Formats: sequence, C-alpha cells, structure tokens
Amino acid sequence: MTTIVENKPAYDGKALDLTGRSGSRAFKNTLATVLIVLAFVVALIPLVWILWTVVSKGYHLLLSADWWSQSQRGVTVRREGGGAYHAIMGTLIMALITAVIAVPIAIMGAVYLVEYGKGTKAARAVSFMVDILTGVPSIVAALFIYAVWITVFGFNRVGFAVSLSLVLLMLPVVLRSTEEMLKLVPDELREASYALGVPKWKTILKVVVPTAFGGIITGVMLGLARVMGETAPLLILVGYSKNINTNPFNGFMGALPTMINQDRTELALQPAADRVWAAALTLILLVLVLNLLARLVARFSTIKSK
Amino acid sequence: MAKRIEVSGLNVYYGDFKAVEDVSMTIEPRSVTAFIGPSGCGKSTYLRTLNRMHEVIPGARVEGKVLLDQQDLYATGVDPVAVRRVVGMVFQRPNPFPTMSIFDNVASGLKLNGVKDKKKLTEVVEASLKGANLWNEVKDRLDKPGAGLSGGQQQRLCIARAIAVEPEVILMDEPCSALDPISTLAIEDLIEKLKDKFTVVIVTHNMQQAARVSDQTAFFNLAATGKPGRLIEIAPTKQIFSNPSEKATEDYITGRFG
Repeated sequence: MTTIVENKPAYDGKALDLTGRSGSRAFKNTLATVLIVLAFVVALIPLVWILWTVVSKGYHLLLSADWWSQSQRGVTVRREGGGAYHAIMGTLIMALITAVIAVPIAIMGAVYLVEYGKGTKAARAVSFMVDILTGVPSIVAALFIYAVWITVFGFNRVGFAVSLSLVLLMLPVVLRSTEEMLKLVPDELREASYALGVPKWKTILKVVVPTAFGGIITGVMLGLARVMGETAPLLILVGYSKNINTNPFNGFMGALPTMINQDRTELALQPAADRVWAAALTLILLVLVLNLLARLVARFSTIKSK
Repeated sequence: MAKRIEVSGLNVYYGDFKAVEDVSMTIEPRSVTAFIGPSGCGKSTYLRTLNRMHEVIPGARVEGKVLLDQQDLYATGVDPVAVRRVVGMVFQRPNPFPTMSIFDNVASGLKLNGVKDKKKLTEVVEASLKGANLWNEVKDRLDKPGAGLSGGQQQRLCIARAIAVEPEVILMDEPCSALDPISTLAIEDLIEKLKDKFTVVIVTHNMQQAARVSDQTAFFNLAATGKPGRLIEIAPTKQIFSNPSEKATEDYITGRFG
C-alpha cells in the first residue's frame, strides 16, 4: 500500500505539465458550441419572423382608439374602420369562463394525484386519462361538446359551449404543470407542518400550494394561452358575430381567432388584410398582458425577499 | 409542561421489513436523551415513532406501546395530528416555510391551528424567538423571509417554531448535522436551556455532542445490514461514556467499531 508513496522522490525537479487541452478535445468543444448556437438561432428565426411580420403589418390599426372601442358592426371586408372590441370581449369572456371551471378542477386533481392518491390505482387511472386528454385535438373536443350540448340537450350554439370544450383542452395542461410544481415542494416542508400538529388538508392549503403558487400560475397562463388561440371550437360551437355580445348564454359571439378567419377569406383586399394582422397582434398582446399580470400577482402574493 | 415517555416492546416495520426491534425505554421529563449509533440502525426511525411521524411513509407501522404520561399514543382513537401537537419535532436540515416571514414562520403552528389574536401571536413569537436564542438577531426584521437567514439561524428559527406551540416533548433528528461548529454550539446551548421546560430527545452522530448535552444516552446497533436495529443499551450519559456495560457500546464510542 505505502510503497508507491515511499518510492516517489519528494521533489524530482520537474514541473507538472498542466497546460492546454488536447487538439481533439478542443475541436469537439468548438463543434459542440457551434452546433448549440446554431440550434438556438434556428429556433429563434421563426419566432422573430412571426413577431416582426405581425407587428409590422398590424401595429398601425392598434394605434387608433376605434380598434379598442368599436365593433365590426356594418363594416364589410372592402371597407376600412371598425374595431376589435367585440372580438376582444368575446375572447376574454370565454377564456375567463374556461379558467373559472378548469383551474379549480385541475388544481384539485393535481393535489389528489400528488398528496392523496400516490401509487393507488385510482391515481394511475386519473393520470392515464389526463395523458389521453392532453392528446385530444381541439376539433374533437369541440365536436364532443357539440354532441352533448346541441345534439343531446338541444341548446343553441353559444359562447358558453365554447368554454366547455376549451375546459377539456385547458384542464390537462394546468393539471400536469400543477402536478409537477407540487412534486417540487420538498417533503421536509410537509413534515415540518405535520410536526406542528397541523392537519394534512391545512398543510396542503397553507404550506404546499402557496410554496408552489408561482409555478401553478405559470401553468394556468400556459393553459390560457393555448386556449385563447383555439379556433375549431369557435367555428363549431358559436357563430362569428360582428356585433358586441357579452352574454355567453345567448347568441353568436365575436372572438379574435374567428375575426382573423372572417377577414382571411378576402386577404387580397387591403382593409381586410390589415384587420387580420391587427387582430393577430391583439391576440398575442392579450396573452402577453395576461402573462405579465399573472407574474405580478405571483410576485406580490409571496413575501418580498430581501 | 414536560411529560415522561415510556416505551415498551416497540417494533417498527416498513411493509414487511422490520426496521427496529423490541425497544423499551423510559425518558424522564425535563431531561435530554441522546440516541447514538451507526447509520441505518433505526434511531431516526424510532424517534419518528414517538410522534407518529413515521406514518407519513406509506406502509410504515408499529407494534408495541408508547406511553406519554400513561396515555398510549397508539391506542385506538388517538389522532396523530393531536399527538404531534404535544410532541414537536426539529429536523436534520433547517426547513423554514419559504413563503412565510420570520414572524409567520414562528407563528405558523398557532396560525394554522386557528389562533388569530394578534396580540397573543406577537407575544408568543417574541417569547419563542427569545427561547430559541434568536430574538436579538432577528427582532428588527421579523417581516423578512425566514429562508434569508443563515443555516444556523434557520435551525434556531425552526426550534422557535416548534416551541411556539408549547409541546410537552421536542424530538430533534440530527439538528446540527448541517451546521458549522459555531452554530452547533448555539444549538447545544439552546438544548441545555430547553430542558428546563421540555422533554428533549435528540438523535446525533456526534458522540461529543451526546456527551455534552444529554443526561442519558441510548446506543442503537444492528447485527448486520438487512437486520432490524436494536436498542443495545440505555444509561446515564456519564456511565455510557466511562463505563458502558455492553462491549458493542464500548467499541462504538471508542471508535473500534466494525
């Protein structure tokens, strides 16, 4: 054991060679760096391109007050004028109803999966169903609600039906992300709470969920962003209206995706084309603003650090 | 405020695996009892059965009796939540609630159990932080997050949080193993002080620490990997470290183990 040490002279007068990487390693390093940067640039190209196109072609309509306060009532594809107020309201109302229904179910489902059902057959079944739901195309969700809402119950095509189908799309997104966030909460915090004689349900409500709150909000925003751009449920479950309609239980409703779709048919005409780009930009901005708001909420709901 | 713990014939299982076998001991009120022994000998597992914390792990169960002043913690109808209100716990790694301020961390046990009286909370927080030797360091920043403190301060914050609910017994699972020597000293001083009011049980890997802080010491060992851990010997600390009655204890504390 000790012979190696003993045989080695204390100081042999030669300095260790610690310089430089070998040629092949330096080459591989450069190659990998170039590839990674290239991948980043390639991924960035479509994003920047889309943003540039939408902003440059759509921004000028957004500068007018009419855009934010007027509907398209009486405006034909050949005419300029009118606004997107009806569509913005429609999109927001339907998204809000969707969130109000989907978020509580999703969060409670995630709490069940992480805190109560771990390893049980019921949890595995729920998890499996959520996976399937994640893969359901929006048009299938829309047709399902059409079958239930209109064919079976005989109701009319209204905004609320759209929200119901959007719930099916939003639920798995929010549930999965919430589940991941709850899993990230260390067990030590749960144990610390139990050790204070706090019951499990209160531990979840006051310790686990608040700790994961920022992540849960992000998941809700991802879900909302997905849902607000969906078009198939709008086409199938509510007709496009150029008028302002804020009642989700009665009549057709405008929405930004269907507004884009409406004018898209006459894209060769300048007024219609302008509105298409402006509506697209409005939709992007809407999602962005909601995102920022949610982040603010998440920040102010936790205590300030330092 | 401090109760006697009497354990008799306690076995702990994880599913089919027997982790701890046939432990019996008496822990006197207002004393410090240290558990020492090699890793995996079941001392932490056993500690957790004293406030039914092991039940957090699915499949964990217990045979035998744990009496807290005549009341069996495992009698039918006993609520583990109620048990944990009288038997508090401090963990290996400091775990303040990250979403709460220093004040709220200490008040959390009371707040989460429904106490809303602001005046009472303020009093309890001050008393607990003083009791945990932390008041002077944090009194000017009670509204700052608990996670912003140093490791040693966080651990004292966790102790303050534990004593704020006025338990009878405080269990400590290697409370100093993540701390530097100075913070360790602060915790040890604190343990000395806590024993005036509480029954303290501490698991430690540091034998000097056991010798410094405890009145009696229990040595746990296991025959081989996969075998259950057993209580080898429990005696006044002085006796364990000077004149243990078991050969295994002597081997362990003199470092001739294994």
